[in-house]
Amino acid sequence: MTAALVVGHGTEVAGARRRSRTAWLLLAPGLLYLFVFFVAPVAVLLLTSLFERVPGGPVGATRPAFAVSNYVDAVVTYAPQFGRSFLYAFIATVLALAIGYPLAYVIGVRCRTRPLLQGVLLVLVIAPFFTSFILRTIAWKQILADDSVVVSVLKTVSLLPDDARLTATPVAVVAGLTYNFLPFMTLPVYASLERLDLRLVEAGGDLYATPISTFRHVTLPLTMPGIVSGSLLTFIPAAGDYVNSALLGNAGTSMVGNVIDSRFFRVVDYPTAAALSVILMAAVLLLVAWYVRRSGTEDLL
Amino acid sequence: MKRLSFGRYLLPVYAALAFLYLLTPIAYTFAFSFNDAGRSNLVWRGFTFTNWQNPCGAPAVCESVVNSLQIGVLATVISTVLGTMIAIALVRYRFRLRAGANLLLFLPMATPEVVLGAALLAQFLNLRVNPGFATIVIAHVMFCISFVVVTVKARVASLDPRLEEAAADLYASPRAAFWRVTFPLLLPGIAAAALLAFSLSFDDFIITNFNSGNTDTFPKFVYVSATRGIPAQANVMGSAMFLIALIIVVTGQVLAARRRRAAAT
Amino acid sequence: MSGRDLELVSVTKRFGDFTAVDDLSLTMPSGSFFALLGPSGCGKTTMLRIIAGLESPSAGRVFIGGEDITATRAHQRPVNTVFQSYALFPHLDVIENVAFGLRRRREKHVVERAMAALDLVELRHLAGRKPAQLSGGQQQRVALARALVNNPAVLLLDEPLGALDLKLRRQMQVELKRIQDEVGLTFVHVTHDQEEAMTMADTVAVMNAGRIEQMGAPQELYDLPRTPFVANFLGRSNLLAGTVTDEHGGLLGVDVAGTRVQVPADRAVARSGAVLVGVRPEKVILLGADDPAPPGATALGPGTVADVSFAGVSTEYLVDVPGAGRMSVFAQNLTGVSATPGGTVRLAWSPQHAFALVDDGAPDDGTGEAVEAAELSEAAAP
Repeated sequence: MTAALVVGHGTEVAGARRRSRTAWLLLAPGLLYLFVFFVAPVAVLLLTSLFERVPGGPVGATRPAFAVSNYVDAVVTYAPQFGRSFLYAFIATVLALAIGYPLAYVIGVRCRTRPLLQGVLLVLVIAPFFTSFILRTIAWKQILADDSVVVSVLKTVSLLPDDARLTATPVAVVAGLTYNFLPFMTLPVYASLERLDLRLVEAGGDLYATPISTFRHVTLPLTMPGIVSGSLLTFIPAAGDYVNSALLGNAGTSMVGNVIDSRFFRVVDYPTAAALSVILMAAVLLLVAWYVRRSGTEDLL
Repeated sequence: MKRLSFGRYLLPVYAALAFLYLLTPIAYTFAFSFNDAGRSNLVWRGFTFTNWQNPCGAPAVCESVVNSLQIGVLATVISTVLGTMIAIALVRYRFRLRAGANLLLFLPMATPEVVLGAALLAQFLNLRVNPGFATIVIAHVMFCISFVVVTVKARVASLDPRLEEAAADLYASPRAAFWRVTFPLLLPGIAAAALLAFSLSFDDFIITNFNSGNTDTFPKFVYVSATRGIPAQANVMGSAMFLIALIIVVTGQVLAARRRRAAAT
Repeated sequence: MSGRDLELVSVTKRFGDFTAVDDLSLTMPSGSFFALLGPSGCGKTTMLRIIAGLESPSAGRVFIGGEDITATRAHQRPVNTVFQSYALFPHLDVIENVAFGLRRRREKHVVERAMAALDLVELRHLAGRKPAQLSGGQQQRVALARALVNNPAVLLLDEPLGALDLKLRRQMQVELKRIQDEVGLTFVHVTHDQEEAMTMADTVAVMNAGRIEQMGAPQELYDLPRTPFVANFLGRSNLLAGTVTDEHGGLLGVDVAGTRVQVPADRAVARSGAVLVGVRPEKVILLGADDPAPPGATALGPGTVADVSFAGVSTEYLVDVPGAGRMSVFAQNLTGVSATPGGTVRLAWSPQHAFALVDDGAPDDGTGEAVEAAELSEAAAP
């Protein structure tokens, strides 16, 4: 009897141990990779942000220090760029949702009975990735350039004042951000709309809800996870972007990304670039944490 | 009645406008790939097939596209393997530090690219590693893993664990059960994840720009040459990539539809 | 080739604080059709998974044909399962589903043998279909063929008919029984359907809260249940609380609410003190208020008819007897005796149909709260 107990218990424990070993074998390579190439670099970034530049030393030379002043300087000097980053990213996210949700709805719900059309439309959302977003942004720049057909037509019909321009404005930068991250909004929203059980919507109508209140009380809450991940996938890269500002904007539309880029590559001021990066990362993470908690979908991953 | 027509017509029209917005620059890019442009492809100078007949007429374009393709394939393979393993472990097993693992996977997605790029470059400089082809691959794998995990995880979660038990019950060793049952059933999810990883890698600019040294990828080449004029061959490449992706996926869709119809009869 | 016998020795399985299987020992002889019957959450599926090797016991051992297989893993055991949800591989067609086990063991003539197994379940013509293209009944038969083709020492059936409609279920019960006769394997069938267990199995074990309450041939269990749980889970019983007063000539006298009721002593689990006297509803006859009871019969009443429901072959009467509670009577629709709600009747039965149980005070209807709580914790445990 005692022997039986021991044997039985032994196999149960062996099974549990086997399972946990398998789990770690599966996890270890990927997590180790992220440790080496994500956690460690961020730690290095954190250290670098506290270094100081060597006065009179070679370009880019730094030495270890605890220069908290880097942060103070960064915030004071680049507050407008920070403000623009978050404002532009926020507007772009809202616009992307306004454009992407109906688009996803048409693909995911209206086209449900026609899988081929659904597939083709879905590809049209993803395929622009392969043209390179730089190339497409430059295309916008040329389409909306001062001497372009669009601008001259708009001016001829007096929709645009004679001295106005479309490029090199904040509007162009926000439009570019919206354009470039639209697929990142559309795809997650599509994924949750595609799973939406239409019988629930019908039940809403059956229970005397108007189409609008059915949408508000049934469709919208059920697709909330898609909206949350879509807006995160739009907002986060938009807040750190500098390509749109560099190509479609001017000096007055410069965002934090532009500053980090130029501090790194033109001014070769690593500590300031690092401090700006750390502040950007912390600010984005705080916003994300707040947003995820507020929207009640904590199980994003 | 009025509301019905609102939903019926306005929504598709709205979607059509959204597609117009999405595809206009691609149409522009495609059109200007036929421009007899010379060095700078800014103004329309006449129609020609030359750029398509000789896409490597600007050698730097071809070189950068080849780099991008190689980097994309490598990054896709590595990140898909690592990410799929993690996704399976997260759904199927219970282990300590699970919350920690989830956080570690979420953070790279919640960090702006410019920070990821700067951090990695700081690390490479610190280790005296010269940025180049290898560091681009390393960087791409890093930001693709999390996206692969999210995509594959959904598929693993929808997989009935009884199927693996049934396989074990039918004399399949854990290895056989994985390759004969689990893997084939996860394959659509893994393929979607790989496609996503490849798209992200192929189209990435910011992280690449930080960690590329003298190596040019296609987006970097376009960005760098934007100031002095982009050769029309870049438009050819961009359009070709778009068309190839479109043709591959649409063909797949048509075949799947045909199979569905065959199965239905 | 016939099956081998299966033996469980002191098997216990705990999930955290919850004990799903509690120190259970039993032997299922080779070639038998064995049913594990119990409400959901009683531990019967856990038991099955332990036999299949999908779950390790917290304690105890499992033997097949005398060989200790406790430490071997699922794929090493000569055991196959027909899963409740069938668990057919959706990416493989029917023939490859059936051939799966043979291929894993690198057997010869795989396709021929798989086809033969499909013949056994009469599905040869669907060999090329995918599982999603089959009806529920067809899927069930593929699952059966997929398990049988491997000629296992023991075949486990986890509520395999649960998802089928009633008519198909009856048909499959007959089919399963035929196949078992034909192949002669040891079948272990888990079910919560008492009728299914009784029609199909040679031996029925009634499980409750991780233990086996009673085990035996179906008729034996039905005729002489040994616990209140079995008395009500296997069919229904009227259970009357009383106290043993005397014993004469093999008959116990029991005082039930002032009426003397007789029970054969050899049909009593306890012969003194507080007992529950049981009698099946179909063994009770209705008498008019003034009718004499048949000679030798036990009579109870008068009581008031609370409800009458006509069920075709029989009519069920619910009668409230003061002091004894609500009694159920199944009357065959033979005689003109009929009662209407509100009417006064008396009840009578022959003493040799009565049995006596220990009054354990536990919920005894098989659907009580204790069972549901157990079910909840089992669902939450793994």
